Amino acid sequence: MFEFLSRLFGGSDGSKNRAKERLRLVLVHDRASLSPGLLEALKEDLIQVITKYLEIDEEGLEVNLDKSDDSVALIANIPVKNVKRGTK
Amino acid sequence: MGKVIVVTSGKGGVGKTTTTANLGTGLAAMGQKVCLVDTDIGLRNLDVVMGLENRIVYDLLHVVEGQCRLRQALIKDKQYGDRLVLLPAPQTREKDAVTPEQMKQLVKELKEDFDFVLLDCPAGIEHGFKNAIAGADSAIVVTTPEIAAVRDADRIIGLLEAEGLYEPQLIINRVRPGMVRRGDMMSISDIDDILAIEILGVVPDDPDIIVSTNKGEPVVTNSRSRSGQAYRNIVRRLLGEDVPLMDLNERKVMHWFKRLLSGEAH
Repeated sequence: MFEFLSRLFGGSDGSKNRAKERLRLVLVHDRASLSPGLLEALKEDLIQVITKYLEIDEEGLEVNLDKSDDSVALIANIPVKNVKRGTK
Repeated sequence: MGKVIVVTSGKGGVGKTTTTANLGTGLAAMGQKVCLVDTDIGLRNLDVVMGLENRIVYDLLHVVEGQCRLRQALIKDKQYGDRLVLLPAPQTREKDAVTPEQMKQLVKELKEDFDFVLLDCPAGIEHGFKNAIAGADSAIVVTTPEIAAVRDADRIIGLLEAEGLYEPQLIINRVRPGMVRRGDMMSISDIDDILAIEILGVVPDDPDIIVSTNKGEPVVTNSRSRSGQAYRNIVRRLLGEDVPLMDLNERKVMHWFKRLLSGEAH
């Protein structure tokens, strides 16, 4: 009864907000899958940029999407062989 | 050269087939030449929604395997005859009986003869989906204001774009304005926030659809029905007209009254 009244007077927000919030979270995960092709392309671009500044172990480079409860992070593990001298 | 549009959704049961039938019939009613293709191999349905199930002799597979000519397999609509035809799906074969290459070839032939070729896609993202989108120029994604349907729509949008079908358009089906008003159903703008693709149309949840499907007569031809009006609006948008989205909050009585005043009642 209380629910009915509070709804009638616009006091509570309906279940759609739950749906929206759950959907938002689930899509963060769903969308956080890069196709192998894209991931490869990303790796190559990363290597290009980083080798301007650092000498890295290109074979040992790892790039992954890390999913936690409500966020997604791009985690890159890049073994550095040498720091180039004279770069800005 | 006609336009080839695939109607897809990911999730089953959101109204792909009903949408295909209504848009096709609506386009034919506007003078366009339309071919509907049921690509749901093994689970043919578009024939019954169109009320053409008793006229099937050949199907899509007979055509691609060369057992009949394309024209022999096209079933003429009861009302629109030559202007609206259906190519039914085979009912007795497996989904992988047809390849994307064969579908491309088939669609290429069809678009020479028709203004619109509408491909009714099966649910899912596997072989049948890939067949259905193979020959398409553009895509319509159907969803309902439910969490599972919107999630699958999001996934399908990604897959379509990966296949080169950029800028798919969205139809939000089975909207219940009362529930939206109470905050118990996601609204058009909620879904728009999440999916962020162009909205082609909004169709209210309407018992008329069930009645018209029972009869095998798409609701778009029913001038008194609200869902019919929604489909007619979408058809006009497909033809390039600028039609505002339907105001679903308008009461039925007001809708009827407005139509009466505008002289549209018949």
